[in-house]
Amino acid sequence: MAASSERSPPPFPDSEEPELLEDSDEGADAFTGTSISEMDSPSPDSTRPTKDIFNDPIEEIFSDPLSTINSEPQKKVDTKIHSPSSDEAVDLFSDALDDDSEVMSSPEVQNPMPDLLDEPVEAPKSDVLGEPPVHKNAAGQQDVLEDPPKGSSKSSSVKKAASAELFDDDEDEEDLFKETSKVVTKKPQPSGPPVDVFTEVKSDVKVKPQVKDDPTDLFTEEALTAPAPKPSASSSSSSRTNGVHSEEQDLFSEATVELSLDSPLNDRKKKDDVKPSVSAPAATVAGSSSKASSKTLEELEEEESEDKFDLNISVTNPEKVGDGMNAYMAYKVSTQTSLTMFRSKTFTVRRRFSDFLGLYEKLSEKHSQNGYIVPPPPEKSILGMTKVKVGKEDHSSAEFVERRRAALERYLQRVVSHPSLLQDPDVREFLEKEELPRAVSTQTLSGAGFLKMLNKATDAVSKMTIKMNEQDVWFDEKIQDVENEEQHMRKLHVMVESLVNHRKELSGNTAVFAKSVAMLGSSEDNTALSRALSQLAEVEDRIEQLHQEQASNDFFTFSELLADYIRLLGAVKGCFDQRMKVWQRWQDAENMLQKKREAEAKLLWANKPDKLQQAKDEIAEWEAKVTQYEREFERISATVRKEVIRFDKEKARDFKRQIVKYLESLLNSQQQLIKYWEAFLPEAKAIA
Amino acid sequence: MEGSSAEAALSVSANSIRITDVTQDGDVLTFAIASQKLNSSAGVCVFRMYEDFDWLQQSLFSEENLPGLQGIIFPPLPSKALPSQSNTQTKALKQLGFLALGQDWQSYCKALEFYLQQVAAHPTLCKCKALDSFLINSESPGKQRGRKGIFNRLSQAVEEMRKESHKDVDNFFQNERNKNTNLAASSKVATEKLLDVVMTEQKLAVACGHFATSLHLCVNQDDAAAVAFSKVCLKLSDVIEAVKRNYEKVASNNLSTLGLGLDLESRYQESEKEMLFRRTCKLIELETVRKGTEKAKANKREVMEAFQKAVEKEFNLISSVAKQEIERFHSSRVKVLKTFLIGWCELQLNTAKEFAELYSQHLEACRNMYSE
Repeated sequence: MAASSERSPPPFPDSEEPELLEDSDEGADAFTGTSISEMDSPSPDSTRPTKDIFNDPIEEIFSDPLSTINSEPQKKVDTKIHSPSSDEAVDLFSDALDDDSEVMSSPEVQNPMPDLLDEPVEAPKSDVLGEPPVHKNAAGQQDVLEDPPKGSSKSSSVKKAASAELFDDDEDEEDLFKETSKVVTKKPQPSGPPVDVFTEVKSDVKVKPQVKDDPTDLFTEEALTAPAPKPSASSSSSSRTNGVHSEEQDLFSEATVELSLDSPLNDRKKKDDVKPSVSAPAATVAGSSSKASSKTLEELEEEESEDKFDLNISVTNPEKVGDGMNAYMAYKVSTQTSLTMFRSKTFTVRRRFSDFLGLYEKLSEKHSQNGYIVPPPPEKSILGMTKVKVGKEDHSSAEFVERRRAALERYLQRVVSHPSLLQDPDVREFLEKEELPRAVSTQTLSGAGFLKMLNKATDAVSKMTIKMNEQDVWFDEKIQDVENEEQHMRKLHVMVESLVNHRKELSGNTAVFAKSVAMLGSSEDNTALSRALSQLAEVEDRIEQLHQEQASNDFFTFSELLADYIRLLGAVKGCFDQRMKVWQRWQDAENMLQKKREAEAKLLWANKPDKLQQAKDEIAEWEAKVTQYEREFERISATVRKEVIRFDKEKARDFKRQIVKYLESLLNSQQQLIKYWEAFLPEAKAIA
Repeated sequence: MEGSSAEAALSVSANSIRITDVTQDGDVLTFAIASQKLNSSAGVCVFRMYEDFDWLQQSLFSEENLPGLQGIIFPPLPSKALPSQSNTQTKALKQLGFLALGQDWQSYCKALEFYLQQVAAHPTLCKCKALDSFLINSESPGKQRGRKGIFNRLSQAVEEMRKESHKDVDNFFQNERNKNTNLAASSKVATEKLLDVVMTEQKLAVACGHFATSLHLCVNQDDAAAVAFSKVCLKLSDVIEAVKRNYEKVASNNLSTLGLGLDLESRYQESEKEMLFRRTCKLIELETVRKGTEKAKANKREVMEAFQKAVEKEFNLISSVAKQEIERFHSSRVKVLKTFLIGWCELQLNTAKEFAELYSQHLEACRNMYSE
């Protein structure tokens, strides 16, 4: 992507703009997704009609993702190449951070928001009220403090530049689309969507500078009002839409409305007065945050993710596109939903396998650091795909395609059933957007795979070197459980595989038997017996079909389920590792602080006041870091714990569902058998 | 005396013959054979080994005062079971087919029982004294002619190649031979294939068993979610266990009815083939004698003609017996196959119904668990 590298020079928009957009996006989603009524209630007194609110998402869908996509690959680059500049801009606290934390910094910035927004919405409990947000805020605080003053002053101009570039990008995009559209044969009018995007971006550009003034409010507000008691959400939101927002564009108004759930007494004009004081509450709150988190933990455990969302995703019509080794399979991804975060109730896109992998890459990059279990997609199978590419229309390649299709479907369903992942703009983009830029990183899988392997190897090494003395019994047991479970699953998988193979064998043998019975019948002299035998051959043929169906049932219900869970358990282990890494960072910081203190003591003893101040500063800095890391550790622990609990629940539910499905299929085939035998019995009796 | 024994034929009823028990002592299987006297309610029970069965068969083969013996389709005796080798399953399977399956030689006993019943029910063979003594005498009959049969078969095999394709003078027999060749081949194939199916079903049952057992590994009582999952696993284990039993049942159904039926059919076809072959041999002999008579010099002609007549008479007798036998065989085999087919179908139907019921119970239970 040439355009994105072009964009890389200005570090500011890269580090900031996507965050802001995404953050506010999250807010919009959470809001529209969960409480429609609240969205409607404030709208009457705002000057904008409701219609706009419904229109808005479309625009943002088109505009945001574009910008985020464009900046996405670049962000990766950024953390490596431009890291000094962007880091300075983003968090001043962490100059001397190790690589790890540098990578962490940008997601951190994004994360407080989704968390903040999710939790109160999902579990609006009166006793813990403002606390989880506070705890999150503390983490987000530093950004709020550092970014807005610089950011807001520059942002409008920067924004223009950025959007101008967006503009350029779009043109490039269009080219890209045209290029791809040559490959994608079934698109009726490939140039259509890009043009739309184009205009929409234009309209956005006009509005954005206006909006751009707000980000500071947005953040301070949230920081300020978090500890405040919370009255009814609806009244607060209506009081908040006091005209300031009426002119505002989609995302931010919605985001702020969402925020108002926690911030009733915000008044936009107060923000400047409040800002200086924000840091103080944040610091004081920090201490209590651990308590708060432990409190909320129990609630998280209690929390039932029973909110049945209405979102059906199906992956259908696998279709080979292109010829030769450049051929690939494209799948139709159809979504059916009543969630308002999507622009329509049903929509369909075509995606190729690498797009699915690309989605996973994006999601795991963003979320796995925070302890989320990102469902892994099916593995790339070079052998299977090569067969398909070669174009052999044989049974095994058809089976491969079907298997992959089903796996992709389950993968997407797992992704969207995760409340946090569903909110991710990339997920929505994946489901809705007509054309996706090619997922570059997965294209050359061998390279990426190799890197991943390397990463895993280093992870394994670090895991060995990190000896974590686990204080949390729950984690201690759970890690062991997961380890055991994975082994059991593997064992079960082997069992099921052999079961499936035997079934296939049975079906093959039954077919052969049916043939031989038919032969026997044809050489039989006695007409009645001959007839009965040929009937029997037919019955056996049908039974063979049943066996075959049962074999694929066994396979898809159990074998694939187990394979999925083996992969998922891998992801769970990844979360544990991630938690351990964060713990390690905390411990390292602790050690460093210890050293600095010792150094200070030495200086004191040596009576060198000139260096003392510097040492004191350093200690303060490291103390802050230690608290921050500790909080992060607590946060990731809470997230992982929540995730694992959710995972366990999902797992039980998933297996239950599969058993019911399996039993249904068993019952069905038994009923078929009964039918067959009942039909055959009179034939046998008719033999004279 | 002789006349009365020929008339009185068998003193036990053919239908009452049962093999009630089998004991294995090392390499030797001993079968307990029970039967019921015709004129009284008294039962007879004797113990016989395979060698005794073989002796009986050989006695039947070499019955002397039976005209047209060679035209008889002898009920086929299953080949010898070697219990010590039965652990090398493949070998036993190759040799015995279905009869090697089943618990405790059940199907083998069934086949022997069926053999005895068939012999006893045969209009000519039932008059044989050997059968009577086999069924009634508590002492084991002699074993002197044990080896002969095998030699016969071997020599037959060599000759077979040469004489098999010999053109028949009688269209009926030519047709019968053709049909027999077809049927023998296809019934053998069908038996083998059904055997494969049954074997696979058994393997599947074993695999289900392993799966069901392994599911117990996942049981974990740590916390609520784990308990829920464990419950699911146990339920699944039950279900798989049911599937396992289903397959076991289906396999044993296949084995005990259609399997045995097809096995019997295929062995009977072989037996018919042997009879037809014996007749063909006689035919060839007759033709050579005829040729010899034509070429013979005048002084020898009379002797030759007399000899030819004797052979011709014998051949005609064999042919007429064979015709009757073939008719009898056809009607009886259709009947036998019919009973096996019906029995099989009913068993499978019942099994299917039984498990459909069971599965729906499980399904109900699962759905209830779902709503918990």
